[in-house]
Amino acid sequence: MAYLDISDVGISFTRSGKTSEVLQGVSLGIEQGEYISIIGHSGCGKSTLLNIVAGLLKASTGGILLDGKEVNSPGPDRAVVFQNHSLLPWLTVRENVALAVDKVFRGRKSKAERRAWIDENLALVNMLHAADKRPAEISGGMKQRVGIARALAMEPKLLLLDEPFGALDALTRAHLQDQVMEIHARLGNTMLMITHDVDEAVLLSDRIVMMTNGPAATIGEVLPIPLERPRRRLELVEDAVYTHARAAVLEFLYARHAAPALAA
Amino acid sequence: MSTTAAKFPFEAGTETLPASPRPAAASASAPPRAPAASPEPRLTALLKVAGARVVPPVAVLAVLLLVWEILCSRAGAGLPPPSRVLAETWDLIVDPFYDNGGTDKGLFWHISASLQRVALGFAFAAVAGIALGTLVGQSVWAMRGLDPIFQVLRTVPPLAWLPLSLAAFRDGQPSAIFVIFITAIWPIIINTAVGIRNIPQDYRNVASVLRLNQFEFFWRIMIPSAAPYIFTGLRIGIGLSWLAIVAAEMLIGGVGIGFFIWDAWNSSKMSEIILALIYVGLIGFVLDRIVALVAVYVTRGTSAQ
Ligand SMILES: Nc1ncnc2c1ncn2[C@@H]1O[C@H](COP(=O)(O)OP(=O)(O)O)[C@@H](O)[C@H]1O
Ligand SMILES: [Mg+2]
Repeated sequence: MAYLDISDVGISFTRSGKTSEVLQGVSLGIEQGEYISIIGHSGCGKSTLLNIVAGLLKASTGGILLDGKEVNSPGPDRAVVFQNHSLLPWLTVRENVALAVDKVFRGRKSKAERRAWIDENLALVNMLHAADKRPAEISGGMKQRVGIARALAMEPKLLLLDEPFGALDALTRAHLQDQVMEIHARLGNTMLMITHDVDEAVLLSDRIVMMTNGPAATIGEVLPIPLERPRRRLELVEDAVYTHARAAVLEFLYARHAAPALAA
Repeated sequence: MSTTAAKFPFEAGTETLPASPRPAAASASAPPRAPAASPEPRLTALLKVAGARVVPPVAVLAVLLLVWEILCSRAGAGLPPPSRVLAETWDLIVDPFYDNGGTDKGLFWHISASLQRVALGFAFAAVAGIALGTLVGQSVWAMRGLDPIFQVLRTVPPLAWLPLSLAAFRDGQPSAIFVIFITAIWPIIINTAVGIRNIPQDYRNVASVLRLNQFEFFWRIMIPSAAPYIFTGLRIGIGLSWLAIVAAEMLIGGVGIGFFIWDAWNSSKMSEIILALIYVGLIGFVLDRIVALVAVYVTRGTSAQ
């Protein structure tokens, strides 16, 4: 069985008496250390799926196993990097990471060890220099890096990223993508990332999961990206495998499953 | 978020130590200014601000005093002019600490008695108000059950509670404290509840992923997140408390600034009433500023999002 096993997951929401089916029959297996991207049009249910894996939402049907254990509530073994960083504004950068580290490692690491571990993770995302600043004093890209540090510091079995670079400008985004690739290469985390950026998906992923449009969205196709690592964005621009994968994703998104508004 | 161009060099440079609190500005091409150059213009700027803040109220005050002096200096005026107020209350102003036993004490003792009642009543109101507000903000059912009751009770004027509390406590001191409590608690409850209800789902998600327990969630997430709202409630509450204590003390007697005013009225000492009113106003202002300052200190960063 796969490390993360999503089997036949479906979910429907009832709002003011009307039930809408958002996801149906989603099945996916992810191996340890894999980098998986989920791509799909806005509103198809990507965040919903990620939240089910995180345990923040309960699936109506199906179930999820992580490392052989059933997922039914949120926990630090599935750390989430939220779409809008979700740092607590009244805490400094270091305190934000410390909240997570102190909670997860209390009893397992001494105070000094925890402190060193916090700094190690801040250093990993190059944010140690701003450790004593508050979120309001740093840029959007920096906040997102702190969010990543906080998630990594929990030593999760699975790292969940919901459009982690979506709100950033292109230069900052490229820089962060490189950092995440480097971290993935170094630590070998299992990653599940939502994105709506085709280049980002192809550059970072081992496999791209493409979702159909809702209602009752499901996995349309899974595309493996057989590119060697480490990957360098400049060398890939003209790489045949890269351009081919890119074209396949674009074709899926815009020819076969155009955005609902465009298709109508 | 600041501009891309200014931010990017800083993003990349891990070894760049931020020279100023605004990193984006620090990386701009402007040459770093010598730190010694800054104090002098800063002092002038400070003086300018102080001048703009201090001069207008002082000028208005002078004009008002002058008009008052002119109007009340005629024979048969109902109020003493400021010069006579000052002359007649000079002893009270220079010696606020005398104590001749009973209620014949200096203004310091009256004000301090009033402040003690407010401090006690307000402290109870703050603790109970934040607790009840948290309950109402957290639970839909508590809100449905309690909110209408709160909305009705909060419109009851503070002094209307006094006969009831006198009947219950059979003593002036706890009754006055109860009146402060019941006056200050409503805005604290209501604002706390709004603050708790407005905790972003993101913060709740962070708490869930970390598996914070109820206690940790309350102290680490709820209270800081709702703090700006809570302090709004506390600030309204302290203002109302001070309004209520003066009125309550007029009725219960004993030592207190409210009783002092009532006593002065009974012996027709208008100048003493005017002096007491000035003190009441100034202390009310100071109380409001203290809560506001504590709020700024405690919630720094929170509202900046
Ligand atoms: N709590 C909820 N209640 C009702 N509908 C929801 C809820 N959460 C998500 N939805 C609906 O589910 C669909 C998918 O949302 P989402 O997962 O956020 O999409 P995506 O992340 O792919 O843009 C949307 O149509 C949204 O309106
Ligand atoms: Mg989403």
